Amino acid sequence: MKSTEEIFALLKEKFGDAVLELNTKLPKEAVIEVAPLKVTDICWFLRDNEELLFDNLILLTGLDDDNGEKVKLEDGTTETKGGTLSVVYHLESMKLGHKIVLRAATGRDNPEIESVSKVWACADWQEREAYDMVGIVFLNHPDLRRILMPYDWEAGYPLRKDYMNPEFYHGMKVPY
Amino acid sequence: MGLLDKEFNDDNIVISNVDDLLNWARLSSLWQMSFGLACCAIEMMATSASHYDFDRFGVIPRPSPRQADIIIISGTVTLKMATRIKRLYEQMPDPKYIISMGSCSNSGGPYWEHGYHVLKGVDRVIPVDVYVPGCPPRPEALLEGLLTLQEKIRNESLVKKTA
Repeated sequence: MKSTEEIFALLKEKFGDAVLELNTKLPKEAVIEVAPLKVTDICWFLRDNEELLFDNLILLTGLDDDNGEKVKLEDGTTETKGGTLSVVYHLESMKLGHKIVLRAATGRDNPEIESVSKVWACADWQEREAYDMVGIVFLNHPDLRRILMPYDWEAGYPLRKDYMNPEFYHGMKVPY
Repeated sequence: MGLLDKEFNDDNIVISNVDDLLNWARLSSLWQMSFGLACCAIEMMATSASHYDFDRFGVIPRPSPRQADIIIISGTVTLKMATRIKRLYEQMPDPKYIISMGSCSNSGGPYWEHGYHVLKGVDRVIPVDVYVPGCPPRPEALLEGLLTLQEKIRNESLVKKTA
């Protein structure tokens, strides 16, 4: 059983710059920040290293960090420019009994991040949901389609902070 | 001896008019489409089960829209589901009736403002006959809704358009 600090030190030694920092500012668990395009390698290491053995992806979350610049458009709505979208991974080792939280932040303008669905199969649908709701593109995902919203939903990604609902969908009025 | 006199003398003949006879037959065997959407569907199933016994009003679940007379919209209608509901409704043979069950299908319910995915009332896609309020409605409320629908059917006419 290892603490988050020990795991962070192990990762830092193995991956260097791809592991950015240990964020302890949050009220609960410390979060290990990693580079979005190195996630797969890091997760394979976390799963297969004999001292770590993270065999369980508890959950995967897509997140709009809402830290971009807010631009007021002509029609009165606001749009966010720049800033980041994040993916948060909660991992657990059932063999060794330790847990960590990983987080990878990617640019809002081109939100790409590596898929971990090959590492933990249960990530498949959770990544599809993160794509559906926040619009994060998972590279090398086997089947990156919307999972909850209709396939032909063109109004954007509903859980982004600057999302605006459309007036009509297939001739049906959407607002109350 | 005329027919009207016979009514009082012969046990096997009942005099009626076509409207009443058809309406009585129609309202006494409202076959329901097996279709549930959310938590209201649990209440609808409870209404079908032995304790409340929908069957005593002639309501039998049918697994196909082609054999159904009523569809109970029991739950949250998402925009994705709304297109399917419209198609199912169009597949049902006439005459067909709709009960909208619960706040979600009546008006969007708790999703009325921030539900980006919810249709704010199923009556935006199909014509509803009876609205049953509640979140979810108790089985008694659904039974009341059904009796209201039966009363509506009882007053239908072949020559007069009602709905």
